[in-house]
Amino acid sequence: MSSQATSNQATPSTPIVRLENVGKQYGKVVSLKNVTLEIGSNEIVGLIGDNGAGKSTLIKVLTGVEPPSSGTLYVRGQKIDAASYTVKEAHKLRIETVYQDSSLGEKQPLWRNFFVGRPLTNRLGFIDVKAEKRVADQIMRSTIGFRGVGISVDTPVSRLSGGERQGVAIGRAMHFDSDLIVLDEPTVALALKEVQKVLDFIRSIKAGGRSCIYIEHNIHHVHEVCDRLVVMDRGEVALDAPTSSMTYIELTDFLMSLHSRRPAAGASH
Amino acid sequence: MAHADKSAPSNPVAAFFKIEGTAIALVFALLVILFMLTAPRAFLGYRVYMSFMANVPPPMIIALGLTLVVVAGEMDLSFPSVVAFASYVFCILYQDYNWTWLALIAALATGTVMGFINGLVVTKLGIPSLIATLAMLFLWGGLLTVISNGASLAIPQIVGDPIQVVFAGRLGPLPVQFFWALGVAVLVWMILNRHRFGESLLFIGDSLKVAKVVGIPIEREKIKLFTLMGLLSAFAGVLLTLETTTYFAQAGMGYLLIVVAAVFIGGTSIFGGSGKIVGTVFGSLIVAIIEAGLVASGVAGFWTRFYIGLVFIVSVTMNAAIEDPDKVPLLKDLRARVKRY
Repeated sequence: MSSQATSNQATPSTPIVRLENVGKQYGKVVSLKNVTLEIGSNEIVGLIGDNGAGKSTLIKVLTGVEPPSSGTLYVRGQKIDAASYTVKEAHKLRIETVYQDSSLGEKQPLWRNFFVGRPLTNRLGFIDVKAEKRVADQIMRSTIGFRGVGISVDTPVSRLSGGERQGVAIGRAMHFDSDLIVLDEPTVALALKEVQKVLDFIRSIKAGGRSCIYIEHNIHHVHEVCDRLVVMDRGEVALDAPTSSMTYIELTDFLMSLHSRRPAAGASH
Repeated sequence: MAHADKSAPSNPVAAFFKIEGTAIALVFALLVILFMLTAPRAFLGYRVYMSFMANVPPPMIIALGLTLVVVAGEMDLSFPSVVAFASYVFCILYQDYNWTWLALIAALATGTVMGFINGLVVTKLGIPSLIATLAMLFLWGGLLTVISNGASLAIPQIVGDPIQVVFAGRLGPLPVQFFWALGVAVLVWMILNRHRFGESLLFIGDSLKVAKVVGIPIEREKIKLFTLMGLLSAFAGVLLTLETTTYFAQAGMGYLLIVVAAVFIGGTSIFGGSGKIVGTVFGSLIVAIIEAGLVASGVAGFWTRFYIGLVFIVSVTMNAAIEDPDKVPLLKDLRARVKRY
């Protein structure tokens, strides 16, 4: 099972994930052009960019949802065969994704949501419900620190707040011992108090010795929690720099400069 | 579950209704009592119940399969033709070659293959299953008419054969097939609530997007689902044949309304993502008792379908309203008006 501790055979210097000249086309639409990017161990990387900049496509390629049209993907130094790389394979390689609003089944209880896709089963495929509930309860208490407010492992997701949902999804990813957790705009449509909870979850990812790709529109949040910033623009990496090398103001100025370049590029079409 | 919220203050009652199926079991019990009052001669004797136990199993087994289909957010309307096809295969093999157990296996295999093909049509051609299986209903039905030359078959000589005793005999006064149906119910309950296949169906019906990102092989699971539905429909067809010792082309058509009604009266969500197996068992019984009860109470036979349709629409609306009142536009509208004043 994926929960067994096979951690870090790769040397610390080997990045967890390396994309080399990765491209992705949907029909005639080019979503990614020649993207080269590394995610090291125990770092939080903020991924910024406008809608359509290629962030989502990049994540889909990285996590096995869609195969790349060109280029190569390495996980812990191992070349990945694009044809057989699926979400399941990504899970096995300890890469997890938390999607903004499509990671949890609304009508299903929390315990099912923790284990869906890789339930604890016997040889005939029957689920050990008791064990799943017990572990789910542990995760809720320890990893994500849910207390009281009437939430139990039998509560359906539809009764949780947006922040609590992100917590469940992040707790799930951490339980399955992922080295890299991808968060796709986890704070969209959340109240301010909830946003702080999510930012705390992100910090706990780093504290737990794991890495995280954090996709976000709100530059302030990114600047607050990330170690490194990657800016995507029209399918390319426009910036890849440590957060400490830029102030918040410098970062916003840089993003504005991308905007001012855009109309010129648009006019040539 | 239906009344759980209303009786929330008194805990034992709420807890009682939280057990799967207690509310609908109560509805069933009330109907039995009602018909005991309106048609005492029939409903105070045991014969009418024996007749239920002999006739309900085929539609109940199909309804159990259909519950899984609906949980996954799909629909299968082709089952009447699968029932008839399996019935024909069983009859003809028994009549012409004297096969019994092999005829059973052949009939089940036929239904399984038909279900598998239904699954392929739904997943590979991407036609919504409601339409795809409606087309398959005609396609399989038409094919059967050609193969059987439109004839009906009778195999009365099968009575007393071991296979008939095992599947449609009597345990004392009790029809054996009822226990087979309960066995299928337990199995389907285990699949839905305790097996990873059932969990896949729940998440597929809940949201395709979620199912995809958590790594559920959606297409493969749907094909498995329709294949299982084909197998169960075929089993129902064989049980029907063993009880009536006949085959006729319209054998399964009468089940179309009552099976679909049984699933939704049982409380399975029309929106997918949740299903109630115990509900379906009682849903099948309720549909059957309404049919019999109305006739026995002196309501003209022509009216029974009308009432089943009525109960069907009321129960689907009630179940949707329990799930989320805003899903019923009429209630949403009323609530909005009440709030305004």
